[in-house]
Amino acid sequence: MIASARWRAAPARPRPFFLWLFLPSLAAALLFVAALCEVAQYAFRVFTPGSLEAGGFTLENFARLARPIYLSVLADTLLISLATALFTLLLSYPVAYAMVRAKSDFVRSLIMLLAVTPLFTGEIVRTYAWILVLGSNGFVNSVLKAAGLVNAPLTMLYTRFGVIVALVQFSMPVMIIILAAALAHVDRNCERAAANLGAGPAKVFRHVTLPLTLPGIVSGTVVIFAWTMSAFSTPQLVGGGKVLMISNLVYLQGLSSFNFPFAAVLSLLALAVAIGALGSMRPFVSRLERKAAVN
Amino acid sequence: MNAWLATRLSAGLFWSAVALILGYMTIPALVVLMTSVSPSELLEFPPSGFSLRWYERALTYPDFQGAFVNGLIVTAFASSLSLLIGSAFAYLVERYTFGGRVALEAILASPLIVPHFTTGFGFLLLGANLRIGQSYAVVVATHVLLTLPFVTRSVYVSLRNLDPALERAATNLGASPLQVLRRVTLPLLLPGMAGGWLVAAMLSLTEFTASLYVTAQRTQTLPVAMYTYVREYTDPTIAAISALLITFTTILMLIANRYLGLRRILAIDAH
Repeated sequence: MIASARWRAAPARPRPFFLWLFLPSLAAALLFVAALCEVAQYAFRVFTPGSLEAGGFTLENFARLARPIYLSVLADTLLISLATALFTLLLSYPVAYAMVRAKSDFVRSLIMLLAVTPLFTGEIVRTYAWILVLGSNGFVNSVLKAAGLVNAPLTMLYTRFGVIVALVQFSMPVMIIILAAALAHVDRNCERAAANLGAGPAKVFRHVTLPLTLPGIVSGTVVIFAWTMSAFSTPQLVGGGKVLMISNLVYLQGLSSFNFPFAAVLSLLALAVAIGALGSMRPFVSRLERKAAVN
Repeated sequence: MNAWLATRLSAGLFWSAVALILGYMTIPALVVLMTSVSPSELLEFPPSGFSLRWYERALTYPDFQGAFVNGLIVTAFASSLSLLIGSAFAYLVERYTFGGRVALEAILASPLIVPHFTTGFGFLLLGANLRIGQSYAVVVATHVLLTLPFVTRSVYVSLRNLDPALERAATNLGASPLQVLRRVTLPLLLPGMAGGWLVAAMLSLTEFTASLYVTAQRTQTLPVAMYTYVREYTDPTIAAISALLITFTTILMLIANRYLGLRRILAIDAH
């Protein structure tokens, strides 16, 4: 019934420029699908050492994933991504809160600028900056030495700690944007009502503001988790080959050993984890949003 | 009195924490600026003097010059194509229903989720199979796909906020669909399109991971050339380039905030 009504309505409403709008989008989508299909089909091909031509079809590349060395890289990747997501959340919330709630326009703009500009300077600039900060002759060690707090320089470069410190700073602009959007949508009347009923600022925050921004918190954390899963330059340069994530393995296998089939398998694995993380968040976030709407 | 003191105290604590966190976000950039004017080849804090020699080296190093021009070419094509395709797609999604719309939306948003190295690797393989491997065309195509979600989002938000009565009024006064689009819709979308284009251009100019896969020596962009340099040398030349990029970005952000509003570009207030 509904379908037939729509069928009859369709020619009545003209759709100017439909093809002009549709074809470029379609072409872009097909291109992207084709690129991903290339990765997928290489994952099933036989690797011939010393040759870029891949052989017949095989499942061997997927079996290779089960080797302990690859499993430990996968575990490291997940661990680093999880730690990064949680620390990013903890540090970003106060900044987002201050950015949305500050009374003066100038302070709001200043926080916005300081918080968001790092996003646009690019990963190489930011990664290089952290090498200067964390290195054994770097900024932090020089300060500590001048203050007489350490005798020998602390090792921070080429450690998981250093990689996480840099990754958290990378992820904060995106997290702050997501949290600020969530905070900007909180109806201030709910907070005022709670305050009028006698709740102190801490109580208002814990029982009103925090629950109302929970969807933003969850989606921000998952987005940063998925994002960090695919970080490359930080583990590559700050990790210096001592901290390996999936991205570094893909690079080693694909662009150093030219083992395209195994690099393809690792790329698909990273993609699957990212999609899995985001997919698992969906029902959770929509439930939270419904709950927030009811309360 | 006690309650007043407690409130003041916790507010003070909160703002100190915010200042500390913003310091953590900003210190790397300040350290880069400091290092870039250091006369020494080795890292030293504080710098033992003031020198612009690393700026001179950065600006005269042939690989950087070539990569900078390559990057501008790629960014100009990629961000403009991204603007055209993304605006068309945003209009399509906001105004029309058609079969496969959900699938098309999912595919064109997915470069946000797909790791950049997977995307780059895919385009490397695709380019090789089409026998146009690592040419400008492949690099531009990669950057278009990576920036498309940002343009689409920005234009889509502008379309949602557009008052449909304005377009209806123009139609009722006898304007053809093309005239409505050119005289009413497009001018109203201009800020959203400018914001989307700016974000796309910045992201394309600084994109590294996917570019590492799809560029060759001949087509490499600035971040790729910088990465190669960092792996081979340890002198502060990269600090000088980074300082220039940080300064440029900050000025651009100030201008964008003044004229377009960063909150609007980043869709913080949008639903």
